[in-house]
Amino acid sequence: MTVMEQRGAYRPSPPPAWQPRMDPAPLLPDAEPYRVLGTEAAAKADPDLLIRLYAQLVRGRRYNTQATALTKQGRLAVYPSSTGQEACEVAAALALEERDWLFPSYRDTLAVVARGVDPVEALTLLRGDWHNGYDPRTHRVAPLSTPLATQLPHAVGLAHAARLKGDDVVALALVGDGGTSEGDFHEALNFAAVWQAPVVFLVQNNGFAISVPLAKQTAAPSLAHKAVGYGMPGRLVDGNDAAAVHEVLADAVRHARAGGGPTLVEAVTYRMDAHTNADDATRYRADAEVEAWRAHDPIELLEAELTARGLLDQPAIEAARQDAEEMAADLRDRMNRDPELDPMALFDHVYAETTAQLREQRALLRAELEAEQEQHGEPEGGIR
Amino acid sequence: MTTVAVKPATMAQALTRALRDAMADDPAVHVMGEDVGTLGGVFRVTDGLTKEFGEDRCTDTPLAEAGILGTAVGMAMYGLRPVVEMQFDAFAYPAFEQLISHVSRMRNRTRGRMPLPITVRVPYGGGIGGVEHHSDSSEAYYLATPGLHVVTPATVADAYGLLRQAIASDDPVVFLEPKRLYWSKDTWNPEQPTQVEPIGRAVVRRPGRSATLITYGPSLPVCLEAAEAARAEGWDLEVVDLRSLVPFDDETVCAAVRRTGRAVVVHESTGFGGPGGEIAARIAERCFHHLEAPVLRVAGFDIPYPPPMLERHHLPGVDRILDAVARLQWEAEG
Ligand SMILES: Cc1ncc(C[n+]2csc(CCOP(=O)(O)OP(=O)(O)O)c2C)c(N)n1
Repeated sequence: MTVMEQRGAYRPSPPPAWQPRMDPAPLLPDAEPYRVLGTEAAAKADPDLLIRLYAQLVRGRRYNTQATALTKQGRLAVYPSSTGQEACEVAAALALEERDWLFPSYRDTLAVVARGVDPVEALTLLRGDWHNGYDPRTHRVAPLSTPLATQLPHAVGLAHAARLKGDDVVALALVGDGGTSEGDFHEALNFAAVWQAPVVFLVQNNGFAISVPLAKQTAAPSLAHKAVGYGMPGRLVDGNDAAAVHEVLADAVRHARAGGGPTLVEAVTYRMDAHTNADDATRYRADAEVEAWRAHDPIELLEAELTARGLLDQPAIEAARQDAEEMAADLRDRMNRDPELDPMALFDHVYAETTAQLREQRALLRAELEAEQEQHGEPEGGIR
Repeated sequence: MTTVAVKPATMAQALTRALRDAMADDPAVHVMGEDVGTLGGVFRVTDGLTKEFGEDRCTDTPLAEAGILGTAVGMAMYGLRPVVEMQFDAFAYPAFEQLISHVSRMRNRTRGRMPLPITVRVPYGGGIGGVEHHSDSSEAYYLATPGLHVVTPATVADAYGLLRQAIASDDPVVFLEPKRLYWSKDTWNPEQPTQVEPIGRAVVRRPGRSATLITYGPSLPVCLEAAEAARAEGWDLEVVDLRSLVPFDDETVCAAVRRTGRAVVVHESTGFGGPGGEIAARIAERCFHHLEAPVLRVAGFDIPYPPPMLERHHLPGVDRILDAVARLQWEAEG
């Protein structure tokens, strides 16, 4: 007899008083991603919110195309486009109050910008002049995280700290489908649930982790199902439906703020572009799949809803596009200027006080730069 | 007489060929990691392996480095020879727990009863314009862990030969691939591809008499260039390529230093706590009476790896190496 056949005999029967600590049923996500646009639920959506979402979506799309163009011109080292995923990005930013915190990954520049960070500062990491361009404290936005899922425990810790201090602050952490396989993802969810931390996890399931499709990433029925084992609710939502993502996130944020603990939200979306400009997506996916998703474009879905309800007409659409063009033009102009580089800054901020060792190395670099300057005449960035 | 086809190949191509040949020769060899299958790896080093050997032999794993290396431990315990790919230097860190707590010491813990023939391939180092976390030189962390071999090729022939040897080794090998040399080309003889010195032996890449540059991996071409440039100053620099940091080839290194009496260790990783400190100390211990000047180090600064627009100021370049050599001369006179 195999171990599997003996399973019943092997498993100890629960003690007489045993009861599950909670009924997992209410934690389970719906079988189908939640939708608002094009359904009856749309009637309840706040028109002002929908219009704000729309404006941000249009800006977001334009931001993505502009940043991609800048990559081709060599102005960015790399750009992971979120085209197709704008609804998640925008809803993430708009679901938060000003006092809340956002923990983005490298793909989430749009959420960072929608949260009020200067578009150029949000691109610093990807341009490559410094690792992080904005002050996390000013905007309550953590630095874009390159190592996957490592920002999730930070979000839990921050939310927990806020609660310990008596502040009703919520942290929203973004992660990709691939990132849900990392140990840090699981540890973060577990801590969040045990501590009942006011944190919301948003998984943008865009189908791929670079080349690896979801089926090779997880055997779970959905990523939202993962919540249940930790003891938190999982929610499944159509990630291209900005109204639905916003509603689900806003609910989760409210729930967390009220002391209800964490939620895991899975937004089902699709990565329309390659992983980054350095990736060749034709190696691992068919054009037909990409084309099928084009028919489910987040901007078109919202535009159709708003137009049908008479909340958006052609001049208003044009105005939104014009606004996005201006943003893009400004981004292009400012990104086309060479950033001011100071090589001596390499030694700043390694420690609160620069060590003698680093001062010595600083002097060495300064001497090298001065020698270079003497040879070529041209100063290489301002040498302090 | 047979004529052998000696054709140019890139280091990446030689690595691919090494994996392919190792898999063809030994069914126990399994390749696994993130994007190693359909995509062929982000650097295309595993290109074609899934097609040729199937998904069970070259496997796209879930995205979890600790999981990749941890499951490799179990696979090795059952007799397989896993070759795992860590996508980038800084993304190997989640796997450190497995590497340090288990992979490196399983043989020792089990009094030799449970060796782990695992090869951990890690693309490392800078100079490719990568953003944060894509350019770390993490060799010092590996060196500090007894039980691991630490190997790094700098030539196309070594890429093939050392990787074959690493996979054949009954000990775990951290195989550091200098990613800025992936596209470096060399004429290479695929008919006799294994004809390289074994793991643990350093090689003198350029003989010289004025001073010895000791280096490895991404810094080798820089040192060779510096040696060329030094001729104009009347210096005849010797260049030693370590190839393997563990085991360390004291013999070749010391013989070279004794010949010239002066040594500079060159590497990208930080100087403080970096491999150069260990190497300089060994030279001082063994060759003190032959030295005309203290052993110098030219290394990356002691800072987190900088963003791409500033990395050229951080990486040891020809001028910085020549300046160090000049200081050696001065020490000799004064
Ligand atoms: C710890 C870690 N391992 C590997 C990588 C390399 N890497 C960068 S993005 C990526 C795929 C991520 O996929 P997913 O989490 O689905 O996010 P997406 O890029 O699709 O938004 C990988 C493997 C990394 N950044 N961090």
